[in-house]
Amino acid sequence: MDNYLHKTYIILDRELKGYFRTPLASIFLLVFLALSSGMTFFLGRFFERDQADLTAFFSWHPWLFLVLMPAIGMRLWAEERRSGTIELLITLPVTNTQLVVGKFLASWIFTLIALILTMPIWITVNYLGEPDNHVILVSYFGSWLMAGAFLSLTSCLSALTKNQVIAFIISSISGFVLIMAGFNLVLSAVRSWSPNWITETVSSMSFLSHFSRIQMGVFDLSTLVFFFSMIILCLWINVQLVQVKKAD
Amino acid sequence: MSDKLINAKNLKKSFDQFIAVDKINLQVDRGEVVGFLGPNGAGKSTTMKMLTGFLEPDDGEIFINGIDLKSNPLKAKEYIGYLPEGAPSYSDMLVSDFLTFIGKMRGLSNKKLSSRLEEMADQINLKEMWDRPVEILSKGFKRRVGIAQALIHDPDILILDEPTDGLDPNQKHEMRNLIKKISKNKAIVISTHILEEVEAVCSRAVIISNGKLLANDTPKNLENKFLNRNTLSIKVSNKINNVFSKEIKSLLKYDDVKIQKTDISTHTLLISDSKKNPNLNTVLKQLSKLKLDVIEANFQKVSLEEIFRTITSENNSK
Repeated sequence: MDNYLHKTYIILDRELKGYFRTPLASIFLLVFLALSSGMTFFLGRFFERDQADLTAFFSWHPWLFLVLMPAIGMRLWAEERRSGTIELLITLPVTNTQLVVGKFLASWIFTLIALILTMPIWITVNYLGEPDNHVILVSYFGSWLMAGAFLSLTSCLSALTKNQVIAFIISSISGFVLIMAGFNLVLSAVRSWSPNWITETVSSMSFLSHFSRIQMGVFDLSTLVFFFSMIILCLWINVQLVQVKKAD
Repeated sequence: MSDKLINAKNLKKSFDQFIAVDKINLQVDRGEVVGFLGPNGAGKSTTMKMLTGFLEPDDGEIFINGIDLKSNPLKAKEYIGYLPEGAPSYSDMLVSDFLTFIGKMRGLSNKKLSSRLEEMADQINLKEMWDRPVEILSKGFKRRVGIAQALIHDPDILILDEPTDGLDPNQKHEMRNLIKKISKNKAIVISTHILEEVEAVCSRAVIISNGKLLANDTPKNLENKFLNRNTLSIKVSNKINNVFSKEIKSLLKYDDVKIQKTDISTHTLLISDSKKNPNLNTVLKQLSKLKLDVIEANFQKVSLEEIFRTITSENNSK
C-alpha cells in the first residue's frame, strides 16, 4: 500500500512541478486572481452591496471555473497522447488508476493554491466588517470541491483526444451543461424525450444549485456525496478511457 | 532464474479488420541481441508494444522472466526497459529531473538512484546536457536520454524501437557500441529497418512482414540459406563481341550468364544458377579453353538486404 501511494505521489509531484516549469502557472494564477477580483468588485458590486460577506466573490466561481478548469486540465492526457509519453507511463510498473489519480490530484492541488492566493479578499472583508467566517470557510471548501468535479471531468475528456484545444472545448461545453442542469434550458430538452426520473436526476446534478446551497453555509451530506461521486465517476471513466484510447 | 527472459507464444493483435500481428512466437535468452526487421507497418512496433505491456494481445501469452505479463503486469514490467519509437520524453523537464522521475517510478532507492544517475551520465555521455531541458537537446541527445531512461533500473530485458533512427553516422556507431557493451547479461530486442545494424550488433535476426514472422535465425545462417543464389563474378582482360559472347554462354551451361563491359579492355561475366552454385574451378577451366585471361574472380555474396527483400517480397506476392 505504501508503495502504491508513493508512486501516486511521484506522479503528482511531477505534474504539480510541471505547472511551474513553464510560465503557464504564473499566467493562470494572474488570470484567476484578476478575473475573480474583477468579477467580485465590478460584476458582483462588492462595495455597493455594503455587506460583510463574500457572496459577490463566490457566486462567480462556477462561471470562472467553467473556463479556467478546462484550461488547467486539458493537457493532462491529451498532451501525453500527443507526445507519445503515454507509452513511457503505461510501461512503467504502475496501474492506470495510480496515473489518473496522481495527475488529477496535482491539478486539484494547483487549484487549491489559486484559491489560497485569493485569501487577501477574506482578510479585507474581516477588516471592513464582521463576516460569518464559518460560511466563508465552507464556501472555500465547496468551491474547491466543485473545482475538483470540473477538473475530473476535464481530465476524463482530455483522454479522448490528442488535441488540447478540443479537450478544452468539449470540457467547457460539458461543464456548461452540468452548471445549467437545474435550469429550464437543459431540463426542457431532456423532458421532451425522457421519463420523469431522468429529468429529476439531471436536475439534481446541477453544479449551480449544489454550490448556491454551499454559499449559504449549508453543507449537507448530499452535496458532499454529489461532488465526490462526480469526481470518482469521472476518474473511473478516465481510467477506462486511458486503457481504450492509449494506442489510438 | 530462467534464461529465457522473453517467451512470447502465438501473439495475435488486430485493429478493427487489420491483422497487425499474426501468431508470432518469439523467445529471447540472456546474452542475445535480437534484431526485428521488417518493412514499415510490418508489425514490429505492435509486437514490441505487446512485449512491454503497452498493448494487450488479442490472443497468445507473454512470459517475462517466467512471469505472466497478463496476470502479473506490474511485476513483469519491472524487468523491462523500453525505448518507444521516437524516444518520447517530457520536453519541459531537465535531463536530470526526467531520469530521476523515471528512476523513482522504477522503485530505485535514493542511494541506488544517485549511483545509477552517475553511471548513466558517464556511460551514455549525458554530462554536458545534464542540467538542460530536454526540449533544447539535439535529436542524438534526445535519443540518448531515451536510452538512459530505459537503462536506469539496469533491467534484464531491453526493448528498443528504432534506437538509431534519425542519428548521424557517428551517433549510430556510438549507439551500436553501447548496445554491444551492455548486451552481455541482458536480453535485447531492437527494431530497425537498417540491415547493416542487424549485421553489426545482432546475434539473431527476426524478419516480420504483414504481421507474420518469416525468418528467425542468426544473420550468418540466413546468409548460408541463401548461398545457392550466389553469383560468380569473373573479370577478364579480353574484348568480347556478340558472337564470342554467345559462344561463352553456350559453353558455360548455367541459367544466367551476363557479360558486361567494364572498361575499354576488360569485361565482367556474372554467372548464376537457380539450381546449383556455379563451380569456380569448372568455370575457370572452361574459360581457359576459350583463351580468356581471368584477372579477378569472386562470389558476390548475398547481403542481408537481399535476403530481406527476397523474403518480404515472397510473402507479399502470396
